Order: sequence, then C-alpha cells, then structure tokens
Amino acid sequence: MSTAVMSVHDLTVDIETPNGRLRAVDGVGFDAVQGETLALLGESGCGKSMTAQAIVGLLDPVASVSSGSVVLNGTDLVTASRRKRRAMAGPELAIVFQDALTALNPVYTVGTQLAEPFRIHRRMSSRAARAEAVELMRRVGIPHPESRVDAYPHQFSGGMRQRLLIAMAVALNPTVLLADEPTTALDVTVQAQIMALLKELRNEREMAVVLITHDLALVAEEADKVAVMYAGHVVETGAVAEVFSDPQHPYTKGLLESVPVHVARGSDLASIGGTPPDLASIPSGCVYQARCPLARDRCVAERPVLHQVAKGRAAACHYSEEVSR
Amino acid sequence: MTGFLRRRAITSLLPLVAVLLGVFFLARLTGDPANLYLPVSATPEQRQQFIEQNGLDDSVWAQMGDYLWGILHLDFGESLRTGESAATMALRAFPATLQLAFSTMLIAVVGAVIIGSWAAYRPNSIADRISSFLSMTAASVPDFWFAIIGVWIFAVGLGWLPTSGVTGGMASWVLPVATLVIRPLGVLTQVVRGAMVSALSAPYVRLARSKGAGDLRVVTHHALRNAAAPALTVAGDLMVGLVNGAVVVETIFGWPGIGKLMIDSILGRDFAVLQACVLLTAVSIFVLNILIDIGYALLDARVREKVSA
Repeated sequence: MSTAVMSVHDLTVDIETPNGRLRAVDGVGFDAVQGETLALLGESGCGKSMTAQAIVGLLDPVASVSSGSVVLNGTDLVTASRRKRRAMAGPELAIVFQDALTALNPVYTVGTQLAEPFRIHRRMSSRAARAEAVELMRRVGIPHPESRVDAYPHQFSGGMRQRLLIAMAVALNPTVLLADEPTTALDVTVQAQIMALLKELRNEREMAVVLITHDLALVAEEADKVAVMYAGHVVETGAVAEVFSDPQHPYTKGLLESVPVHVARGSDLASIGGTPPDLASIPSGCVYQARCPLARDRCVAERPVLHQVAKGRAAACHYSEEVSR
Repeated sequence: MTGFLRRRAITSLLPLVAVLLGVFFLARLTGDPANLYLPVSATPEQRQQFIEQNGLDDSVWAQMGDYLWGILHLDFGESLRTGESAATMALRAFPATLQLAFSTMLIAVVGAVIIGSWAAYRPNSIADRISSFLSMTAASVPDFWFAIIGVWIFAVGLGWLPTSGVTGGMASWVLPVATLVIRPLGVLTQVVRGAMVSALSAPYVRLARSKGAGDLRVVTHHALRNAAAPALTVAGDLMVGLVNGAVVVETIFGWPGIGKLMIDSILGRDFAVLQACVLLTAVSIFVLNILIDIGYALLDARVREKVSA
C-alpha cells in the first residue's frame, strides 16, 4: 500500500514588503506518496511555487516560513539545521526548476554540473563522477553523451537543457522530486517528451513527484492526486479522476468549466468572474467568496477549513455538497 | 588564435602610430633643448653647433621622418642628457614599474575579490561597509595626498619606513604600493561586489543550492567565475594605468620606474627617451589587452566560440 514519504502540514509563508507582511502561503498541507505524482494546481500567484521553494528551503530573502512543518524521512525540514538541509538536498529531496534556459551555469560544462551531486554528496573522484554524468545523460535521452558531456549549456536546445536539469535532480535517487512548472518554457511537443521522461524516472526510481503547474490537462494526464490552490490556500484535494469528474469546491468547478470543450464558434468561453484577491487584502472569511456563485453570509463571517467530504477527498467549502448540483 | 592575434595587431597599428606622432609633436612643444643644455653665456656658434649635433636644425617634418625611420630599424635615438641609447634607458626603468604595478594589482585583486564577494554575500555586514568606505576613499582622496601623508606619518613621524628610494628592501615597497593600491582596490571592490550581487541571485546559484552546494562552493565556484568578466575588464583598465607609469607616486618616492623617467625626460627636453618610453608603454598596453581577451576566453566558452569563429 502507498506510504506518504513527505508530509507537509500547515505550511505558512510570509513575505516582508515595504507595506507590511503578506501571507503568500497559508496553512498548506498535503502528503507526497512514493511512486505517485501529486499535482499542486493553481493559477499564477496562488502560492504554489512559493510552497515548493519553502519546501526546498530556497525562498527569496524577503520570504520566510512562519509556521508549519515539512516532514521528510523523519526530519522536519522547516526546523532542520542548514547543514542537515544541505545534506538532504539531492539524496532525499530534489527540485526541477521551470527556467530551463537559464538555470544551468553558463561557464561550466554540463558534465561538471551533472557530476556535482556525486562530488558533493558521495565525495567521488572527478573521473568517477564524470562517468556517472555520462550515464545520467544517456538515461535522460541525450544523444552522444560521451562527447556532449564536455559541451556547455548554450550548446543545447531548451528541451535538452530541461532533460539535463531533470538528470541533475534525479542523480542521487531522491525520495521526493519537486517539479516546478517543468515544461512552461518549452514547446508542446517537447513538453510531452519531458513529462513522459519524468514519469518513467518516477516509476523506475520509486520517487514521490510533486508537480507544480497551472495546466489542467497536464494534471489530468500525469498526476494521481491533486491539491488545488487558491490565494495561498489548498481549497480541494483528492484523486485526480474524482476531483475532475466531481469537484467539491466551487473554484475547482469554475476552473474545469473554463476548459473549452466542444464550444461552438462565436459563443462566449466560460470563465470565472473577477480576479484573485490581492495578497494585501485577503478577506477574513472564505478566500473565494468574492467570485463564488454559492457565497452567502456564512462565507463572509467564517473561513471554511479543509474537511473530508468523501473517502480520500477534502474541500474547503461550507456548501461543498451544493457544488456538484 | 593566430588569426585573432593578427587581427588585433593590425587594428592596434593605427592607434600606435597616432600615439607616436602625438608624443613627437607634444614633446617639441615643451621648449628648445638648447636653452636648457647650454649656459646662458653660450655664444651663437656654440648654440649652432649643439643644434646641428642633435639634428634639431632640420625641419620638424624631416625630424619626424628620421624618427619613424629609426623606429622601423629599432633605433630610438640617444639621450640628450646621458648620450645613452633611449631604448636601453626605457627598458632599464620598465621592470621597476612593472614590479610595482604587479604587486599593487595582485593585492588589489585579491582584496577586492574577498571583500567584494563577502559584501555581496552578506549585505550590511562589516565587509559591505569596508567596501563602501574603500570606494569612497578611492574616489575622493588623490594619491599624492595619501603619499605625502604616508611619508609624513610613517617615515618622518614614526620613522618606520624610508621616505623614498628602493634601497630599503621590503620596507621601501610599503608606502608606494599602499598609495597605489587604494584606487584599484576601491574601484575593483565595487565592481566585484556588484557583479557578485547579480551572480548570487542568478538561477544557476539557486540550482547549485538545490544540489546541496555549501556557501563557500556557491560563492567561489558558481558565482565568482560568472562575476569575473566585468572585474577583469576593470582590472585591465586599472592595470593599464599602473603600467603607464605611476608618475606621481614614482616621483614622490623616487622610484626608478618609467613614470619617473618620463617626467625627467620631459623636464630635460630629452625627446628621444620620452618617445621610447611612450612607445614601450603603448606596446605593453597592447599586449595587456590581448592578455585580457585571452582571459575572457578562458573564463567563458561562449567568448571562445566567438573568437575562433
């Protein structure tokens, strides 16, 4: 049976701005399960990337985790020492960034950069680490790895660079792999190849994958479970098939209805009215109240908590039973 | 590579000729050597003889032709003052300048890399304050002032260091190098700091951290090499200034370098020596620029490709 290898609980991230503190991530929680892909789904600015950065400990200096825990293999990453975190970065927790075109260091060969995890964590000789780098390049499908290992990042295409970043992330067989919009910088055909590669590697190395994305189609195809985020909150969780066929939160439902399927030419596309709240003025009740068709007095007065609505399903809505109607 | 060197040599030729001509005419604006070398009581015959002996009776154009013709045959003329070959005098003075320039630059670069990187890594730390203090000082304190105050305190007041000359061993290096280093150190520290601030916030640094790279590795391995190019540009520029002869510092400290030789030659209307000195520094600046370009290529593969293309 599936086991949660990483549990995020009540994770809260605040940003210091000249106009005061903003809460970018508020009480986010989810479990990453070995061999499964969990999608963190949400629109730009909903806090999904910041959640990922908080987990790997690479938040910008203005942002900080103010409460919550991220327990991975028995260690709470939030309270762990810097040294402990560094030791875990690579062998236990790895991340694939979205900016594939600029994430590699332009002045070092890709071989040097691919060898780095082995040099840092396994203290391998440069020759042994180089051999591992070639092997990794072969594994992620880069042609002629023996000669390409000495090439520089600018000599690779965007898709190949993303493959290199994935190779680097899986180098030490991490327990959990975070993929932060791994395909947004790439064109669609390359996207499919990259996602297929990620899935293969996940199955082969039995990693738990957390896929951060705004792409509903990607979630439907690639993920086993989904956590829908809105304005720094997780508003709904569950198995992808169930959530997509029977959403229990009005925001999820709105998102799904916005996907154009068999729309007649000339008719309006469905959309969610309004815009997400400014982080500086998040309402005290439900974060979705301003755009919600079901909103009423209770939604203004009381913030709904994420509660179980069915087996393996949770939603943060007072009237979730009305959503499916 | 040889193609690159050839192109550079050809493009450097024109400025080199311009410098040669410029210094030739400017030198002759300083006055007539005859007035300086002959006593006031000299007879017109003596004066005429001096002028003919040194070829000063020819037209300026003829003198220029002689001068350029001589250069093509590596003949730079003789000193009016000593009768020695001008080239020998310039080459003899040059090592002293180079030693001073290299020691100064070495200290400036090492200091700037350490202070600048640290300041970029920890904003508002002590290093950050030292870095702003250094650049303020570099920008606002003229080196002659610093040299004179240094002599006053450490040589005259405390008697720890010699006032001038090179005979005092290591001690005689302290004040000239300390005076010269302020500007390059201040300027370079700011450049390194700026370049490191942007390098440290680059995506590749975040990637390195995600692989578990420690602070030292991130700074020295990932960020510094990316920050090196702008620092190299400025360091090269500053080095050119130093090789050109630290005229003021060499004069104050009686340092027998090319800067002092140039000043002495100007004061002595010693045109041949002055021209030889200028030619020598111009050529060394040309060589220095090529070294800087090779440095870029070593640092960054993308530059390498452009050079070989």
